[in-house]
Amino acid sequence: MYTYDTLDQAIVDTRVDEFRDQVARRLSGAMSEDQFKPLRLMNGLYLQLHAYMLRVAVPYGTLDSRQMRMLAHIARKYDRGYGHFTTRQNIQYNWIKLEQAPDILAELATVQMHAIQTSGNCIRNISSDQFAGAAADEVTDPRPWAELIRQWSTFHPEFSYLPRKFKIAVIASDTDRAAMRLHDIGLQLVERDGQVGARVFVGGGMGRTPMIASEINGFVPASQILSYLEACLRVYNRHGRRDNIYKARIKILVHDLGAEEYASQVAAEHAALAGLDLDPPAAELARITAMFASPAFEEDAPTQVDRSDPDFAVWVDQNVLPHKRAGYSIVSISLKPRGGIPGDASADQIDVMADLAERYSFDELRVTHAQNIVLPHVATRDLPALWTALREAGLAEANLDLISDIIACPGLDYCSLANARSIPLAQKIGERFGDLGRQRELGELKLKISGCINACGHHHAGHIGILGVDRKGTENYQLLLGGSGAEDVSLAKITGPGFSEDGVVDAIEKVTDVYLARRQGTERFVDTYRRLGMEPFKEAIYG
Amino acid sequence: MDSATEEPCVTLEAFLTQDSATAVRLEAGDDARALLPHVARLALVEVAFPTFRDGRGYSAARMLREAGYAGTLRAQGDVLVDQVPLMRRCGFDAFAPQAPLDAAALSRAENRYQAVYQRAADARAPVWKLRHG
Amino acid sequence: MKLLTGNDLSTGDVIWWTGRDWSRHVEDAADVGDNGESIARAEEGARAVNVPYVIDAVATADGPRPAHIKDRIRALGPTVRPDLTLKPADPGAGDWII
Repeated sequence: MYTYDTLDQAIVDTRVDEFRDQVARRLSGAMSEDQFKPLRLMNGLYLQLHAYMLRVAVPYGTLDSRQMRMLAHIARKYDRGYGHFTTRQNIQYNWIKLEQAPDILAELATVQMHAIQTSGNCIRNISSDQFAGAAADEVTDPRPWAELIRQWSTFHPEFSYLPRKFKIAVIASDTDRAAMRLHDIGLQLVERDGQVGARVFVGGGMGRTPMIASEINGFVPASQILSYLEACLRVYNRHGRRDNIYKARIKILVHDLGAEEYASQVAAEHAALAGLDLDPPAAELARITAMFASPAFEEDAPTQVDRSDPDFAVWVDQNVLPHKRAGYSIVSISLKPRGGIPGDASADQIDVMADLAERYSFDELRVTHAQNIVLPHVATRDLPALWTALREAGLAEANLDLISDIIACPGLDYCSLANARSIPLAQKIGERFGDLGRQRELGELKLKISGCINACGHHHAGHIGILGVDRKGTENYQLLLGGSGAEDVSLAKITGPGFSEDGVVDAIEKVTDVYLARRQGTERFVDTYRRLGMEPFKEAIYG
Repeated sequence: MDSATEEPCVTLEAFLTQDSATAVRLEAGDDARALLPHVARLALVEVAFPTFRDGRGYSAARMLREAGYAGTLRAQGDVLVDQVPLMRRCGFDAFAPQAPLDAAALSRAENRYQAVYQRAADARAPVWKLRHG
Repeated sequence: MKLLTGNDLSTGDVIWWTGRDWSRHVEDAADVGDNGESIARAEEGARAVNVPYVIDAVATADGPRPAHIKDRIRALGPTVRPDLTLKPADPGAGDWII
């Protein structure tokens, strides 16, 4: 993975200094809250429902054991002993003190971590495929591109006061494991004539007006990707709406102009930028790429493992996927234990995962946008020992991609933007469908809960989506069906009037019963929904 | 920071219909592109920042410099200490903040970052240039 | 009744105006009536509070109870982590919120 050189380290260290200065000026009153707010947001610091909340960046979801241990240390020393992994591959701490924030950033900087641009109207964390470097279907590892773009976007002087936040995802396979089509800009790396370039998609997003990104360019080579992104961002910075925060994302601009017109404005801007030496030489991407070389895999590592323990076998079947290299496996650690809080991990659990990564995964972990953790390079022969250790730490829930592997925003328990609580609902759903056999019978079922229309829980992209609303002061839940954030991208549709918390759990059960009764062959839930349409489900729910 | 003894700025609309003006003021919503063919004529462009959150002026400034504008480029309005370094990188070389700036804080801000990641309108070499020459 | 609330600037703690000073406990909150805005401005100017605002509440035997569930969660803590609330040992705390 990427390792800072002295220049990268100097920049991060300087940022700590800068923020310390800004905090001091806020605490002394030299700066008002209104002046300070964008500055603290650009350092990932929110003023949230209970306290300040800090969102630490995990660039494209990749980190090592040393960094993971620092996250555990931050949780213990500065917070309340746990962290929350997010739908953008970052981690959040909910109980931060402003006066300690500079010290936290200083400690993070010692392990090449930061909270730069994890909030604010600027370019956010570049997300990527959690199986990058391990998946057999990738054209190349997308993360060197993500790193190149991360550096370019960091403290970009022209794009620090955009109309709104800006999220970029980079993948390198036809399979979309990063919800790329639902980002402001999504890049899919493809190969053409022996060269790797990016298909560029613009204008995806969720929130109040969900939209799927449109392709605006079929192939931008690495040698031009940064100047091309400059052009994309400049058109947005100049023409994105600033009169209404609910209409300020680039998806609205692309929708209003039309993708073709937006693409042609970008092309014109890109042409105007030619000859300005904006793109780094090929040597820079090569330098970064060399740091993402495959680990020293063993030749002829054993491919079979003893499955005689039935619990182990279930876990292998559900949470372990084949690696591109024979004898290795991709292991997913579910942070959705029965009765737990989706995406949360205690400091002790974070330390356990760090140790296990160091021992069993060439010292590498990934954070997924589904709020789980991945150990990408595990020798198949080590699976039993790994599973035993995970079980001891409460990290062996075998529910990857099943109905209880819920994506849930923190909701009204933690977030001042929320209209309803999401976590208790996730727990109730997990309880109703607690039986693992029943869950496996239902198969792949991506259930996503948002506590408000901002859609941080990605409910528009759920096979089953739930949106919490405020109905005359009471929490109420809308049920949506048929969304997907994968390569079969689609936006979920609402079933009808909303429900109470218990009511929506009952409705979900009715919906899954319809699926079980009517599915054909190996159809997943979402496939059956797409074949049958909303009617049979609506009828089952509302009678 | 700046004396007011130069020619007063005309609006963009007025500038485009006159032959003699050499100073123009761009409001945040004006299209800077309209000025690009005329940069050789200009001695002063003032760019408005009605609120510091409105970042359109950064693009306007950079586009002007990219088109070869060599005159004074002034940021006017809700200009605060922490945005000045970014403004300089986008090509601003004069500042007319509506509220006075803390000189000590400003000096610290302007001299803080030794390295920058990307090329902009200033002369600073991005990190990749230092790495590879 | 009307309560004035905000956050401690340096710690981020949720705080409530008691009539004289700021408390972390909503039981201590005073009814500010129509004076919320002017008290808020003065206190914010003195940096005794960050981003203050007024909320509705109902007077009860146990003290003021914010009218909206969001404010009650904010007053006490997350419903899903009773151990992290201001009243970790109180089994009735959850009912007070909901």
